[in-house]
Amino acid sequence: MKHTLAILVENKPGVLTRVAGLFSRRGFNIESLAVGVTENADTSRITIVVSGDDHVLEQVEKQLNKLIDVIRVSDIPPDESVSRELALIKVGVDSTTRAEVMQIVDVFRAKIVDVGIKSLVVEVTGDESKIKAMEQLLRQFGIKEMVRTGKIAMNRGAKVVQVEKK
Amino acid sequence: MTKQKMPGARAVIESLYCEGVEVLFGYPGGQVLPLYDELYDANVRHILVRHEQAAAHAADGFARATGKVGVCLATSGPGATNLVTGIATAYMDSVPMVAITGQVPRSLIGNDAFQEANITGITLPITKHNYLVQDTNDIPRIFKEAFYIARTGRPGPVLIDIPKDTQIETIDFEYPEKIELRGYKPTYAGNEQQVKKAASLILKAEKPILYVGGGIIFSDATEELRDLAEGIMAPVTTTLMGMGAFPSAHPLSVGMLGMHGTRYANYAVQESDLIIAIGVRFDDRVTGKISAFAPNAKIIHIDIDPAEIGKNVRVDVPIVGDAKNVLKTLLKYVKQEQLKTDAWNKKIAAWKKEFPLTYKKDNLLRPQFVVEQISEICPDAVVVTEVGQNQMWAAQFFNYRNPRTFISSGGLGTMGYGFPAAMGAKVGKPESTVIDIAGDGSFQMNSQELATVVQNDIPVIVAILNNGFLGMVRQWQELFFNRRYSQTCLESSVDFVKLAEAYGALGLRATKKNDVKDVIEEAVKSGRPTVIDFVVEKEENVSPMVPAGAAINEILDLE
Repeated sequence: MKHTLAILVENKPGVLTRVAGLFSRRGFNIESLAVGVTENADTSRITIVVSGDDHVLEQVEKQLNKLIDVIRVSDIPPDESVSRELALIKVGVDSTTRAEVMQIVDVFRAKIVDVGIKSLVVEVTGDESKIKAMEQLLRQFGIKEMVRTGKIAMNRGAKVVQVEKK
Repeated sequence: MTKQKMPGARAVIESLYCEGVEVLFGYPGGQVLPLYDELYDANVRHILVRHEQAAAHAADGFARATGKVGVCLATSGPGATNLVTGIATAYMDSVPMVAITGQVPRSLIGNDAFQEANITGITLPITKHNYLVQDTNDIPRIFKEAFYIARTGRPGPVLIDIPKDTQIETIDFEYPEKIELRGYKPTYAGNEQQVKKAASLILKAEKPILYVGGGIIFSDATEELRDLAEGIMAPVTTTLMGMGAFPSAHPLSVGMLGMHGTRYANYAVQESDLIIAIGVRFDDRVTGKISAFAPNAKIIHIDIDPAEIGKNVRVDVPIVGDAKNVLKTLLKYVKQEQLKTDAWNKKIAAWKKEFPLTYKKDNLLRPQFVVEQISEICPDAVVVTEVGQNQMWAAQFFNYRNPRTFISSGGLGTMGYGFPAAMGAKVGKPESTVIDIAGDGSFQMNSQELATVVQNDIPVIVAILNNGFLGMVRQWQELFFNRRYSQTCLESSVDFVKLAEAYGALGLRATKKNDVKDVIEEAVKSGRPTVIDFVVEKEENVSPMVPAGAAINEILDLE
């Protein structure tokens, strides 16, 4: 079972190492990772996808909370949240395939952000399944390079992940 | 406090004053020269060790004996890495410690400079927290936070790495009064509802047992523990780290549990219907085969570290809080109630009678006898141990009466810990007799500290239970590897009496039972650092024993 954790941390050097190091030494596997500063410049938010049962998740949360630089850990439930990943995909094209690729990109509401003679760079944003579908469709044309961000997630509605509670 | 201009090194010393630090264990080197220059006329005692590992263990022993934060100091690179074993030892046993290391100047960090090691990286998994000073102005805040983090919540070691140029740069020193750590707020009071739940389980229990550990000692909760045990008439078993938390000779004491625990403690745990676990972590040496651990018991787990609750066993009533606080609250709810533990206590008393902790009482000099004699002659001693058989015999055969009188590397099992830790304990408690119950193997890992105790006049007694073997490993080889004693024989390698004398310490030897009392008394009377070489039976085993992976009631008596 996969869980998405939103971890608020001090925006200081070395904090990501502490968090990532904790995962490896306690035997927890990071499936996806994204880091960025929050609405407060002194706080960063790490989004980590971790797989494991409830016991593993409980230990991950407790161990994370023991880190001095970790301010708050929240489990973001998939049903009550929105999540996004972003991918850049460089697809090989020629005059016969370019139009078809552009059509697929259009259907997916993705974007073409660079056009070359032999290639296109596609930017696609969405949840994991959308990016996977896009990747599969473009594969037939030849994917020359692909880069993906980790997942970021946010609760729906009024609920927020804030510094105060811990 | 008004701001004062001073170099970073001076700010370190002033910070130590503000924290009430009276003693440091350390070793100088290139990247701590400015600090050592300030120490030259500072009003803080510095004890020069002979190996940085000993500085860390001494700070640890000082902390365990006194309850204060122990402080050690080393230079960058090899000085810092030599602290690592001592820091890891303190981390595993939740000991409050601040380790200060020098670092190469900021401009050289990351360049593989001479004597550079990334010590904050190296100690990341073995410190409660660590700091690299990147701005000299942060020194006072970092020290304030480090000491606070080290001694509060679940205590632990904190490392501060100080680049040489920050020791020289001038700052306006002002020690902060407040601490702002958004991510660190330990819970001290237990949730009242949970405590009530625990009380109702306790009052219903017919076969309760208190399973207590180092948490009792760290939170100074021995009195509350005693009140609870006597109030509900429940037997008390302690972990290795909990020796001294409850008097060994108390009628309700069943001694230590686990791999080398007493039969009756292990039987009692396995048959109990309620385990009240306080300041313990259900370590594998305690639980044995975890799936077979206490099959009929409900578990109340009280600990200040939420991550320990539910980590190894399922818990019925978790209570996060400081042991002393939680016990005080709990005592309100369990007073003067009808108890149903009579039959249970009778059963345990019968087990105690049937399976006493013992050894062969013949004319040979056996190590258990030495420990018993030490216990008789120095009943108020602070006992420090090395690791292995000596440690287990010290736990089994000394009659502990007070907290902070048993000091041992429990979690990490660090050989070479005992002697330097004894040194630290003696510095912290100069009025107490401090005895390192040692093995000939472990003692040799840090015997160079004889120079330190002689130079600084720290009269500790090292009682070597000398069997010429790495005894605990030999015991496992005897039991599980067909007596193939691979690399465990140390026979006649050292004359410990001459070794002691070479350093200017007193060296004594006992080879017969009759000598034992005399040499112990002579050592105590001498007031000098002393090494006693007890030439004991070579192949004595620690008994009883639960084989690794077995349930703790599957316990064997060994010859």
